[in-house]
Amino acid sequence: MSLSLDEVRHIAKLARLELAGGDLDATQAKLNGIFGLIEEMQAVNTDGVEPMSHPQDLAQRLREDRVAESDRRAAYQSVAPQTEAGLYLVPKVIE
Amino acid sequence: MIDSSLKDIAAALRDRKVSAVELATESLARIDAGNPKINAFVTVDRDGALAAARAADERLAAGNGGPLTGIPLAHKDVFCTEGVLTTCGSKMLSNFVSPYDAHVVSLLKAAGTVMVGKANMDEFAMGSSNENSHFGPTRNPWNTDKVPGGSSGGSAAAVAARMVPIATGTDTGGSIRQPAALCGITGIKPTYGRVSRYGMIAYASSLDQGGAFGRSADDCAVLLSAMAGHDPRDSTSLEQGPEDFGRECTPAKAQPLAGLRIGLPKEFFAEGMSDDVRAAVDAAIAEYRKLGATIVEVSLPNTRLAIPAYYVIAPAEASSNLSRFDGVRYGHRAAEYGDLNDMYCKSRAQGFGGEVQRRILVGTYVLSHGYYDAYYIKAQKLRRLIANDFAAAFTQCDVIAGPVSPSVAFGIGEKSDDPVQMYLSDIYTIAVNLAGLPALSHPAGFGTGGLPVGLQLIGNYFGEARLLGTAHQFQQATDWHRQTPAGF
Repeated sequence: MSLSLDEVRHIAKLARLELAGGDLDATQAKLNGIFGLIEEMQAVNTDGVEPMSHPQDLAQRLREDRVAESDRRAAYQSVAPQTEAGLYLVPKVIE
Repeated sequence: MIDSSLKDIAAALRDRKVSAVELATESLARIDAGNPKINAFVTVDRDGALAAARAADERLAAGNGGPLTGIPLAHKDVFCTEGVLTTCGSKMLSNFVSPYDAHVVSLLKAAGTVMVGKANMDEFAMGSSNENSHFGPTRNPWNTDKVPGGSSGGSAAAVAARMVPIATGTDTGGSIRQPAALCGITGIKPTYGRVSRYGMIAYASSLDQGGAFGRSADDCAVLLSAMAGHDPRDSTSLEQGPEDFGRECTPAKAQPLAGLRIGLPKEFFAEGMSDDVRAAVDAAIAEYRKLGATIVEVSLPNTRLAIPAYYVIAPAEASSNLSRFDGVRYGHRAAEYGDLNDMYCKSRAQGFGGEVQRRILVGTYVLSHGYYDAYYIKAQKLRRLIANDFAAAFTQCDVIAGPVSPSVAFGIGEKSDDPVQMYLSDIYTIAVNLAGLPALSHPAGFGTGGLPVGLQLIGNYFGEARLLGTAHQFQQATDWHRQTPAGF
């Protein structure tokens, strides 16, 4: 398989990555090289094989529903690009 | 003193023949002298190291020291360290001073270790050469024109250059074993779930596993024993208590490995290995035979499928994990942008390097509508076949041995423009991560250009102590692990 430039643009949009015009061709070529390698998978018959999502097939642990974390908002927000009055600031999303 | 074994250093500290402050000072002096040549550190925490060393000295004076109290170490910059820059090798986190410690960091602080700094790495642990770091490549101490391997290249180079006796690392597809091999030191990736991933910046969560670098298997056992253990904050942390992974690192004796069956996967030896690596690997296996081990041939028929399966699963998980970097809560935000979506797209495009962007794009594609079954589910089915291969092999042997990397360290820039060539160099390490097995790399001689060759030992689940004990016997009969690069 081979990705078209439009497909590369579409994936970049889904991934929220701005690809500059000049980078697009180079990205397409490298992605197609990688997918060439990945395609080798398709030659193998895997009918009836159970997919393995994880090295340990363990059930998720549950814990008691109680507060376990302390309030560290100030420390966590100290690394944010922009905050005000305890809120994260982003461009306006609702007119 | 840093050239000594961890146990000798600990004994000297305990007997007050050397202080933790003196050791930290020695480590910092070596970094000052060597780091301009190899760029192994992103951050050196001089004040933090000396403060931790003074605290360690007080503990030792009070007789409360443990096996790691006062020992200088480096953390791979993937581990969050409270109050210390934690970059993950990325521009995205080049301003991130972590507000909390990773579980591994907390444990090793409690053990009294002295962190001297944060080790360089491939951005978000994606790479096999350390060339993907935003902070410039780390260079191999054996030849500074060569790569140290990756992604934990800074950790491996720092130990190889004897700046620190031990360092932490992480291994998602070989990122501890391959740099250990290329830098001529020992490194172990334990069974998936042994070491908590809490505060270890995620790349591919079902594969990521923390582990240890040291000069010898014995040193790695001490560090790993202090890093492992159950952590309720990591949902995939195994519910197992503390374990002494050094319990099989026993004194030398005649035929110490009698009864041990070492399996050689015929697929690892079929093709692809360069002649110098093959010669060193063959010689190491001959040494194991001399130590009493029985060598048997085993088969891992799906080995070649590990690379395509990995390069679907890891990017898929990465694209999901790295969606958290949005320029809102932490990390890089573009200086200029329009609306919210534009802010996301520009911040991410500026903050992530080329290889990280490619893996995000691959992962986004394979998880997108209509392709999920053909790629992600297909890769997970192959993952099952690969794990089954190992299960079958371990009915015939106790430990599997083989190469770590098809060649010795390659040149900086040699493969950096060709991702597929770079991915192919992971052939011997990746299947282990897909299966979740423990594996180590130990020095096994030198190849072309006097560059180190590693031997890989793969164990069954929870077989770390056996692996380390096996490598320890090899290291008592050989001195490859005691070789030091000239000029360090």
